[in-house]
Amino acid sequence: MGTYIIRRVIAMILMLVALSIIVFLLFQGLPGNPAALTCGKSCTPQVIKQNEIRLGYDKPLYEQYAMFAKGVVAGRTYGSGTATFECPAPCLGYSFFRGENVTDLIKSALPITAVESVGALILWLVTGVTVGVIAALRRGKWQDRVATGGALIGYSFPTFFIGLVLLYFVIFKFKIMAYPAYTPFADDPVAWLKSFILPWITLALVFAAFYSRLTRNQMLDTLGEDYIRTARAKGLSERRVIGKHALRSGLTPIVTAAGIDLATLLGGVVITEQVFGLPGLGRLVLGSVLESDLPLMTGTVLLAATFIIAANLIVDLLYAVIDPRVRLG
Amino acid sequence: MSPYLEVEDLRVGFSTEDGLVQAVDGVNFSVDKGRTLAVVGESGSGKSVSSAAIMGLHNRKQATITGSIRLDGEELVTASDRRLRELRGKRMAMIFQDPLSSLHPFYRIGNQLVEAIRVHRDVSRSDARARVIDMLRKVGIPNAERRVDEFPHQLSGGMRQRVMIAMALINDPELIIADEPTTALDVTVQAQILELLGSLQEEFGTAIILITHDLGVVAETADDVAVMYAGRVVERGSVRDIFYRPQMPYTWGLLSSLPRLTDDRTARLAPIPGQPPSLINLPGGCVFQPRCEYWRNVPDDRCKTERPALDEVAEGHSIRCFLTDEQRQRFGEARVERQLQRSSAPLAGVTVVEEDA
Repeated sequence: MGTYIIRRVIAMILMLVALSIIVFLLFQGLPGNPAALTCGKSCTPQVIKQNEIRLGYDKPLYEQYAMFAKGVVAGRTYGSGTATFECPAPCLGYSFFRGENVTDLIKSALPITAVESVGALILWLVTGVTVGVIAALRRGKWQDRVATGGALIGYSFPTFFIGLVLLYFVIFKFKIMAYPAYTPFADDPVAWLKSFILPWITLALVFAAFYSRLTRNQMLDTLGEDYIRTARAKGLSERRVIGKHALRSGLTPIVTAAGIDLATLLGGVVITEQVFGLPGLGRLVLGSVLESDLPLMTGTVLLAATFIIAANLIVDLLYAVIDPRVRLG
Repeated sequence: MSPYLEVEDLRVGFSTEDGLVQAVDGVNFSVDKGRTLAVVGESGSGKSVSSAAIMGLHNRKQATITGSIRLDGEELVTASDRRLRELRGKRMAMIFQDPLSSLHPFYRIGNQLVEAIRVHRDVSRSDARARVIDMLRKVGIPNAERRVDEFPHQLSGGMRQRVMIAMALINDPELIIADEPTTALDVTVQAQILELLGSLQEEFGTAIILITHDLGVVAETADDVAVMYAGRVVERGSVRDIFYRPQMPYTWGLLSSLPRLTDDRTARLAPIPGQPPSLINLPGGCVFQPRCEYWRNVPDDRCKTERPALDEVAEGHSIRCFLTDEQRQRFGEARVERQLQRSSAPLAGVTVVEEDA
């Protein structure tokens, strides 16, 4: 198990290096001169040239990548002489457009996205699994049909539509709450919590639809297993048969799905954050694209990739914990 | 005194989109403590459905069960779910066909057995665990104190079936239903498992219903045999009645289809022609009539229009057939004659020991 984890972590690092090279090359091919973004309207060819040198864009690509990689591991210093500024490790680059280190930008946005994603995850797991189990136990009955219909609706509508519908009814039509402006937790915890309610519901609706179907089908498969019959033959109550024997094996694939989905969301909940004005990673990603902010794009993409790769490892390890038949190595 | 388990006119039907499937349609048998009843028949003859009905394992919303199942005089067909749950695993237990899929893959075998005890008895975990290790030892599992903490996939097929047997025996049940307990096992392991069941039966005086399609197993272990076809018992008698004095054309067919050790190896097996009928909308006559080569010997197409009842032809030996005694005698002898032409050896894997009756 120990060697397995070490091997997987090494593989993960190699994968990230390869990925960073690809992302780096890819984004260099994009139109737009990043140095030109630093000065905006006051740009003159001389200023641009100066900035190119200051930020290292005059160097060949491989050297640029080497500097980037060194920055991630050990931090780097931009510029020379008196006009220098520090970018401490892990330095993912410097956003000219925002005039801030990418790492700092991510640091302030990530907690918001994390609260948003984890809250939604809990919400959709509870509702999705509950609905799925009920649908499986009442297969073909009205409860199952309602669950199927509800899931279909959840499936079919894109996030932005559900988000906008929620906005319209909750805030504009019935005025249940004011349009939430993001408030930092330290300023006003209640307002902070309020700004997450609608994003949580939006995400949870979309994902719960999928998870209720997954749970239902898993449960139906499991309830047909021989060992469920054995559990009944022992004289166990139906509650114990389902709550212990069926759920344990029925929920295994749900752990996998939840891990990967959470990682995807942590990488940036672009649409939901945009709709509800949450200054999380998703907004940052979208902004970087709209602003052609190359260093920010590179940083956020690499971060999202790291989450996915790490989640895969964690899910594999979890699987071995849940299912004793899985041997890692 | 009435037998420990008595099944009378048991019917189990499942309503499906294609119509009512009458999987079990009038089954009668009984078994006493210390005795083994073998229920034999092809796939779909209703063996497993009957045994699940005895255990109360059918979902009552999906299955319609009528007739009577009496366990030690107590009626089970009309018993509450709660009462059935109390009896299941305690007074009657079941051993399933495939021990790998019948054990929960995520729980240690010890915990699965401890659970089986604690659902019926108010004992501490450690007491239950001690009993589990004891029982595992009794069913011949070496290093039981270590094995108890293993998962099913870490055991061999034979060991897993021993675990299933231990689970069935853990609460000293008076009735064990073994549903094809050796079908998924190697032939060598089969013999060990059957021997184990036999010796445990001797020790505890358990009544055993052995469901199988393997006549070799029947001959080795059973006291009585019920031959099932299309959801009903077509012949019932002692193991010697069935093997030496079979009276019903279907049983004749079953016995003739067994290969013999001295058969010419290129010779084909002698199967019963045709297929078992669909259990939806069965014809009104004898269920075996379409595959029976003798029905024309019964006057007035009676086999096609009337269902034969399960009638006693000798002490403890009953059949469903319209053939007369004289006809059965004649056809039976002709069958033996035919068989002898193929070989003179005993049935492969079947040894029936003649005892002094």
